[in-house]
Amino acid sequence: MSATLDRTVGAGLDRVEGREKVAGEAKYAYEYDVDGVAYALGVASTVARGEVRGLNADEVLQLPGVLAVLWHGNAPKLHEVESPELKLFQSPRVAYRNQWVAAVVADTFEAAQEAERALRIDYAVEEHHVVLREDDPGLYTPPKVNPGFPSDTHEGDFDTAFAAAPVSVDRTYRTPTEHNNPMEPHATLAVWDGDGGLTLYDSNQGVGPVRETVAKAFGLDPSKVRVVAPHVGGGFGSKGEPRLNVVLAVMAAQAVGRPTKLAVTRQQMFSVTGYRTPTIQRLQLGAERDGTLTAIAHDVIEQSSTLEEFAEQTAVVTRMLYAAPNRRTTHLLTQLDVPTPSWMRAPGECPGSFALESAMDELARELDLDPIELRIRNEPELDPESGNRFSSRNVVACLREGAERFGWRAAPRRDGRVLVGSGVAVSTYPARRMASEAIARAEPDGSFVVRIAAADIGTGSRTALTQIAADTLEVAPERVTLEIGDTRFPPAMIAGGSMGLASWGSAVVKACKQLHARLGDGVPPDGLECSAGTEDEIEAHQREPLARHAFGAQFVEVRVDVDTGEVRISRATGVFACGRIINPKTARSQFLGGMTMGISMALLEESRVDEQFGDYANHDLAGYHVAVNADIPAIDIAWIDEDDPHLNPMGTKGIGEIGIVGTAAAVANAVFDATGVRVRDLPITPAKLVEGLIPISAQR
Amino acid sequence: MREFAYARAADESGALAELDGGATFLAGGTNLVDLMKLGVETPARLIDIRRLPGSIDETDGGGLRIGASVPNSVVAAEPRVRERYPFVAQALLSGASGQLRNLATTGGNLLQRTRCVYFMDVTKPCNKREPGSGCPAREGEHANLAILGWSEACVATHPSDFAVPLAALEAQVHVQGANGARVVALTDLHRLPEDDPSRDTVLEPGELVTAVELPPLAFARRSGYRKVRERASFSFAVVSVAAALDLDGGTVREARLALGGVAHKPWRCRAAEDALRGAPATAESFVRAADAELAAARPLRDNGHKVPIARNAITTLLLELAERP
Amino acid sequence: MSRHGITLNVNGVEHALELDTRTTLLDLLRERLGLTGSKKGCDHGQCGACTVLVDGMRVNSCLALAVSHDGAGVTTIEGLADNGDLHALQRSFIEHDAFQCGYCTPGQICSAAGMLDEVERGWPSHVTGDLTAPVALDDDEIRERMSGNICRCGAYINIVPAIRAAAE
Repeated sequence: MSATLDRTVGAGLDRVEGREKVAGEAKYAYEYDVDGVAYALGVASTVARGEVRGLNADEVLQLPGVLAVLWHGNAPKLHEVESPELKLFQSPRVAYRNQWVAAVVADTFEAAQEAERALRIDYAVEEHHVVLREDDPGLYTPPKVNPGFPSDTHEGDFDTAFAAAPVSVDRTYRTPTEHNNPMEPHATLAVWDGDGGLTLYDSNQGVGPVRETVAKAFGLDPSKVRVVAPHVGGGFGSKGEPRLNVVLAVMAAQAVGRPTKLAVTRQQMFSVTGYRTPTIQRLQLGAERDGTLTAIAHDVIEQSSTLEEFAEQTAVVTRMLYAAPNRRTTHLLTQLDVPTPSWMRAPGECPGSFALESAMDELARELDLDPIELRIRNEPELDPESGNRFSSRNVVACLREGAERFGWRAAPRRDGRVLVGSGVAVSTYPARRMASEAIARAEPDGSFVVRIAAADIGTGSRTALTQIAADTLEVAPERVTLEIGDTRFPPAMIAGGSMGLASWGSAVVKACKQLHARLGDGVPPDGLECSAGTEDEIEAHQREPLARHAFGAQFVEVRVDVDTGEVRISRATGVFACGRIINPKTARSQFLGGMTMGISMALLEESRVDEQFGDYANHDLAGYHVAVNADIPAIDIAWIDEDDPHLNPMGTKGIGEIGIVGTAAAVANAVFDATGVRVRDLPITPAKLVEGLIPISAQR
Repeated sequence: MREFAYARAADESGALAELDGGATFLAGGTNLVDLMKLGVETPARLIDIRRLPGSIDETDGGGLRIGASVPNSVVAAEPRVRERYPFVAQALLSGASGQLRNLATTGGNLLQRTRCVYFMDVTKPCNKREPGSGCPAREGEHANLAILGWSEACVATHPSDFAVPLAALEAQVHVQGANGARVVALTDLHRLPEDDPSRDTVLEPGELVTAVELPPLAFARRSGYRKVRERASFSFAVVSVAAALDLDGGTVREARLALGGVAHKPWRCRAAEDALRGAPATAESFVRAADAELAAARPLRDNGHKVPIARNAITTLLLELAERP
Repeated sequence: MSRHGITLNVNGVEHALELDTRTTLLDLLRERLGLTGSKKGCDHGQCGACTVLVDGMRVNSCLALAVSHDGAGVTTIEGLADNGDLHALQRSFIEHDAFQCGYCTPGQICSAAGMLDEVERGWPSHVTGDLTAPVALDDDEIRERMSGNICRCGAYINIVPAIRAAAE
């Protein structure tokens, strides 16, 4: 780790783009001012499976302001499209309800909306299957789970060990379909220039994949496609890969010969921008009477679409969290007439930890053992399934520090007509990085510019990278400008997998170090530039036999209304061990954001499958509840600094996703502590509790 | 949105004069504009009544008359409402968000339409929107829909919080039509779906709500509104209860009780009120009264939880009111 | 197309406009007047990202038909700063890191400005215990009053002290 990183790094700088954001000056994709822009809207299918036979395009084209109606009957053939989800209008097939099967383009937004409503589409309808069931005959083992782990792992002899275990837990946990719902809907503004070049103002977690996808789909030289995304209104995984809005904006702009923009409507965010698969998880734990685990099994059932295979790595967390010699993790997938699931904050770890950390709590109850002590007793020396050393692992320190800060463990109590209880869970997320490139430039006036096609989707990465660059260059951060979010800048990893800062920072440090070494010779009038890429060292790094993960522990106190089953969080504590923290102000916000989303997941979020129509019945923000301000009480965040030399030049572990991991289990464990009712399917709603409580009306 | 012509009414008679076949009144727009964007409402003409004069005035005996155009937030903040009818202020404050309450009006709140997901989705059948097309909610998504008063044609609920204490108060709704003025009891304003869910209220086309009158009711000072919901704010009720208690020592002289979130209209609990009259002000009486009312409940497959929640919410609210000094 | 003429004062500037009657105040601001600070998060009054002040009152501009607000004075996020000096709420949001992606932020700030005026006027909220007593702005009050502004990044925990600090 660089010895120069000890000045600005570690300081809680205000976000460098703060003024733009609070003043309403930061531009998001839909907001760039382009003359003559046309408005496009995707049109959603009203069948879940079947074929488009025709539509009343001629009639709709007569409506005032309508410029084009696009569908498979008249759309240009796309060249090369890897993802079947993006094969827009290339076939009459309908693979899920609300898949885009047509589009309208008009002079104004209002005209486009009315054209969309006037469009009548004729379908051949087929029977659809949209509900995930344990007894689905179509369940199969996928070749791998996201992003490339084996689907199944086996160690020792689980069945025998489990049968012989003196104490055991065998439970099924369920998480529902969840939607990312960033505040900014996906949006693209496509501008063709006269020379066959294309500029896209787009909302994404990385400009590189958008350019690559568009170039291939439309047969363009990538150097003629520019993607711009300096400000992005959240993503949480749904903007990691380009979506239909990108393809449609380009196609529509081409069709009408004008710059064209479109935003996915909030209702459409429930069908064409990805989501987290529902899961059915069987968790089995076998232990000795002292709590030592002898057998762990985590068997997952989840879904994908008929278009593409995406298998969330739900059981992968169980492969590294606790020691036990006899283990099994499996994933079974079925392909339903639903949209393709994809990444949503902490894929794998998030739903998987709900099951694992709830099961551990149930085991602790069986053993009459403190749940923290149970975890300490099963802390592995080495990564249980790979046998590798952990580069650093501070689960126990987080549990102990958190227990003290939280005041663990007050006995469950009654406060008037409210039951109060507390719960704990462990958090974890892998710490990885991918290759990226950066350019560091010194200007003759003493300022510096660093350019990298990184992304700041609210993570504070622009600010953290500024600090990293400043320290490496040994200058004050005010002299450094960090430019990101443009394919004109050196290619970089997307903001995803909590890999952003580790990936970008590595390249930025390398480029800045090289530049710093040359500054002694003075900066010429046209400036001085150094570029660097990290492909080689990261490839070598990935081959090292080390397990790199971030860890944490979360504590939650709940208040349950004994008469109605309403659950409210009264306070929470999260303690994390994530290497070195670059900016304590923005890091705290990331941990808070993750835990807030975890509380939302525990108590509120579910996209309810409508079996009759094949879509999600509650497909808007009134029906799909995300946490509002009143749901979130004081949350105490702390971290344990780790000096881990095996990570990257900054010594950081990604922190964007770990906050959501474990929260839902901590809440469920707290609800059990308060009420004696164990809820194993999320969200924990009054309907699920009210029957198990003893309300006023039952008292004498 | 369908194209529409727009006119602003200067006064009530002007508003009525503007009406023709395809016209609809626009007040705050927080429900109507939402429905127009969804294509559920497609007026050819809007007559804007949002800025018709509206005020909160005294009536004989200490009641209040609230103009239909007065925004929800203003009614909730009005000191006379807070003092004399606290459950009315509480109901308003529990609804929607601060921003929505600033635009939504007294009249508009009462006339807002159900939030049943099928009603709000023109790509799906709905007997309320298109009579005879069917009710998918009956067997589909209905966890937050009716347990009382529903029919095979429609299981929707009325979403208003404001209407619930108004039902308990026996509020009077002043209506103006081409044929003159009439007064409709709030409890008669909203219909049960029966065979024709397409009509939410007894209002005839061309009738305009001009005011809501809260009758004087001294014991309404001992009132409360309890809204049970999954999210701590900005969310519709699972069940809500409005109650006012008139106590004579430890005995209930009279009670007013109404439920929200359980039916096509705010549900005035007359069976419970009968059971409470003259009963001791104890948990036992309150449970018995709740059971008397909920005996008629017919929960659907997925909303059975509303019955115990309603029973418990009624009981705890009445207890809390009884315990106040 | 049905058109209607209105005048609107936006951030101190008078505009005489002829509009498609279907135009919402939000789309008028963003698409016609180039004031893209107010955001479209849901277009149905369910998220608060579009919150602006109309005659000093906070409203969801996505549900406000522009034609219905003829003659109104509108203040958007762009109009809160005073000649380049950030409003107290804006400065406080930066200091307290009360935003992450920034998309809900203009709505949060305009809503907070409107909300603080409501408190000044003595308006109670759902969590106000005694409806007849003066209102005291504690954290629970701020949380409840700001619950019409959804933040998916989860900046609520910083939004509350940011508003409290600006109120003082």
